[in-house]
Amino acid sequence: MRYSATSFSRSGVSDWLAQRVSAYILAAYFVVIVGFLLCNPGLEYAQWKEFMSGNAMRLFSLTALLALAAHAWVGMWTVFTDYLTERQMGAKATIIRLALQTGMVIGVFVYVVWGIQILWGN
Amino acid sequence: MKSNRPVNLSLSTVLAVNSSPVAIASILHRISGVVIFLLIPVLLYVLQQSLASEAAFAAMKTDILGGLVGGFLVFVALAGLIFHLVAGIKHLIQDFGVAESLQGGRLFASLAIVVAGILILCALAWMVL
Repeated sequence: MRYSATSFSRSGVSDWLAQRVSAYILAAYFVVIVGFLLCNPGLEYAQWKEFMSGNAMRLFSLTALLALAAHAWVGMWTVFTDYLTERQMGAKATIIRLALQTGMVIGVFVYVVWGIQILWGN
Repeated sequence: MKSNRPVNLSLSTVLAVNSSPVAIASILHRISGVVIFLLIPVLLYVLQQSLASEAAFAAMKTDILGGLVGGFLVFVALAGLIFHLVAGIKHLIQDFGVAESLQGGRLFASLAIVVAGILILCALAWMVL
């Protein structure tokens, strides 16, 4: 068996599982946030701040942020390795894919750090 | 070098050859995923402003959500999230062996596209009204 050096967990099976677990978390987070917004039309700052600053909600937001990191890594890796191939782009495909993959990982890192700053910074 | 990965045809070839609802739902799932990834900074910025202060919260509502560019970007992100969520739920249901026949898969994919379309229209109405 060959292992990919750029996939999230180096194994297709664990990548598959990470994609699923993170998907459930992100789906639940989306439903909770949108549900709260739908249930509170004309939302005021104080109410929103109180909702997002509770310990349970902060933990949920952090979990969703980390799930997003794993989910985006696996998903973007899948897209990059499916379309940016030597078969379609010639010899330069590998260097382009590695550059984009590196940029994606830096992006994921920035999202996580920025998100933590938003959740605990204020 | 011999690769053990399956061969993937170019996007235009795939779309030219296969225009079944399954293929359309699949490629939209991928495109929406990439779009969401690129628009995460917009969503994080909205979240940051909404929690920063009373004044920033009010400014976020009028300047970003109420503005042409900001409103458009947030709507595109929301539409992408809705499609990706619906197509993802379809996937998670199919993990349990549901709708795996040719006709079943096509019907399920059509259903996902219609449901996502309706929800996106609802989101548009929610943002504009």
